[in-house]
Amino acid sequence: MKSLGSIRRDFAPWNDPNAKPYIQFDNVTKKFGDFTAVNNLSLTIFEREFFALLGASGCGKSTLLRMLAGFEEPTAGRILLDGQDLRGIPPYRRPVNMMFQSYALFPHMTVENNIAFGLKQDGMPKPEIASRVAEMLKLVKLEQFAKRKPHQLSGGQRQRVALARSVAKRPKVLLLDEPLGALDKKLREETQFELMDLQQNLGLTFVVVTHDQEEAMTMADRIAIIDKGEVMQVATPAEVYEAPGSRFVAGFVGNVNMFEGKIARGEAGSASIDAGNGITIRTDNAGTAGAGTAVTFAIRPEKIKVSSKKPAEAVNAIEGEVYDIAYLGDMTVYHVRLDDGQVVRASTMNAARITEDPLSWNDRAWVSFRPDAGVVLTR
Amino acid sequence: MSSAAVTTASASPTTNAGKSILARLGAAFVGRLVIIIPYVWLLFFFLIPFVIVFKISLSQTAIAIPPYTPALDFSGGVSGFLAQLKQLSLDNYAWLTQDALYFNAYVTSVIIAAVSTVLTLLVGYPIAYGMARAPATIRPTLLMLVILPFWTSFLIRVYAWIGILKPEGLLNQLLLATGVIHQPLIILNTYTAIFIGIVYSYLPFMVLPLYSALEKMDYSLIEAAKDLGCPPTSAFWKITFPLSLPGVIAGCLLVFIPAVGEFVIPDLLGGSQTLMIGKTLWNEFFANRDWPVSSAVAVILLLLLIVPIMLFQRAQARAQEMDR
Repeated sequence: MKSLGSIRRDFAPWNDPNAKPYIQFDNVTKKFGDFTAVNNLSLTIFEREFFALLGASGCGKSTLLRMLAGFEEPTAGRILLDGQDLRGIPPYRRPVNMMFQSYALFPHMTVENNIAFGLKQDGMPKPEIASRVAEMLKLVKLEQFAKRKPHQLSGGQRQRVALARSVAKRPKVLLLDEPLGALDKKLREETQFELMDLQQNLGLTFVVVTHDQEEAMTMADRIAIIDKGEVMQVATPAEVYEAPGSRFVAGFVGNVNMFEGKIARGEAGSASIDAGNGITIRTDNAGTAGAGTAVTFAIRPEKIKVSSKKPAEAVNAIEGEVYDIAYLGDMTVYHVRLDDGQVVRASTMNAARITEDPLSWNDRAWVSFRPDAGVVLTR
Repeated sequence: MSSAAVTTASASPTTNAGKSILARLGAAFVGRLVIIIPYVWLLFFFLIPFVIVFKISLSQTAIAIPPYTPALDFSGGVSGFLAQLKQLSLDNYAWLTQDALYFNAYVTSVIIAAVSTVLTLLVGYPIAYGMARAPATIRPTLLMLVILPFWTSFLIRVYAWIGILKPEGLLNQLLLATGVIHQPLIILNTYTAIFIGIVYSYLPFMVLPLYSALEKMDYSLIEAAKDLGCPPTSAFWKITFPLSLPGVIAGCLLVFIPAVGEFVIPDLLGGSQTLMIGKTLWNEFFANRDWPVSSAVAVILLLLLIVPIMLFQRAQARAQEMDR
């Protein structure tokens, strides 16, 4: 069986035409004065999905989250949650909870009172509150910190209190605004997996806003890539990476080499692309683009092989000169300047400790790739 | 100060060791000096005057210059000085307890100051809250407007209130003209006028600490409270108000303390029958020329104010200790 990337779990309601959408953004527009933060955006999120809104800062992703939480009302369009139109419902009556980027822990309350805050608002009986708080503290492994105040905790502990507080009410949807933004790299990686486990165990729907593509790729079932208030692509991490829908998405997620060109000859998906300067690229992923169409051929660095001699069997092989080498331990990144001046980035896993074909600066080298390694973009 | 000294010393560690040590000592001295100055100031302008007042309060009134005995002098040598000390007594304090006037004046002052403080808080809190939530661009202007009254003399501003509050004053003219009332309101020379005067005069002292407490509060805390199911009013009492408590306490102390001893406002707006300790003190001092009794009144007033402040500070220190 062949598939894009790796399959993480058997969960794909977006491919099921009968699946009921849980959260729906219907042609939502949000304007702040003259500035359009969200522009006629439509999006569907399913129950129990871990959904990521990925984009650069100021792209409107946080506004989407704040509209879902009820802190902002859409200028136009509507937002449905489980079939109910959320317009006019104040934040304190919405069955969603948010984990704030700044955590927004109440500084004058202890950890347990922070976690119990939402439960008390609901008028939950005291013994139940106590047992729920204990359960939450156990979940985030902060049992011995129950009586501390937020300023007596480390950044990572505060993050976990914020998380416990926001899931304590068992919301229908948990909104996370840059949940790992304030943590250092190592802690962030650990916490990513904790968040995924938590979402699985509680069976909640998570909507996370992030500018960190690695974070989105690691955690999310699907990613929506947002730019200037519009959705560029909604897809699984593997699809976003291996089958980007546009030049923007290909360039935004991960590293990519792009060749501008024209389809010279094409039949049934495979085509030859004339990339100028005598470079012809043969690809199996041309889709429906016909001869003469201006296209961009995008290929990821790890799918390009660098060698000192032209590989005999290679369909696509272009000659150039090694311009830069970055040795990163687990892999090596080569920058090869082709004879037409374009620099191609290629990365090789250092699977063995000894390289058979050592390359150095200014060596002549060949970059080669398989016909199915890249994608053809028309947008 | 000392960190600056370290930087200068470490900047040229090898060039001249002796000089850098001297520089360090010099900087340390300057550092000490900066701390010493306010204490020297307090010593000369608070502690010594207080000791003098305290001493006068233990003396007896006399028709002399100064109008009390003994006027301590060292002409009689050590034994003469000690003999003079023996004349000091607590008679004036005993006198304060015998005449109900003083007790009533203290109690009235504390009650008036407390009521005024609560009123100032009620007026000042919404103002400070509005300022803190105003767009950041206009906040400096609003702050300026709060401070603006200080540009005019306090006395003149209180005088201006006479013109507003008197029976034929601006307020009554306005109310009569608009038909709200048919008889002029008697406000001047009542306790109401004193409350108006104190609230008006001390409002900036309430607004500024409240504003600084509210302004630095993270608004996402309110959003978090709402997100967790808390309606706005309840969020105010559970989050905003507790977090602004340091500002509330500071503002209340800044209003209450000077209001207890206030003299100008009750004298100008409250009329002759008002019984406040500031006026009593003034009368003892200038009308009766009884310096010892008026000094005793002042000392008791100081103790009256210092005790709650110290209790409050101790409570605050303990709360901080517990947080640590």
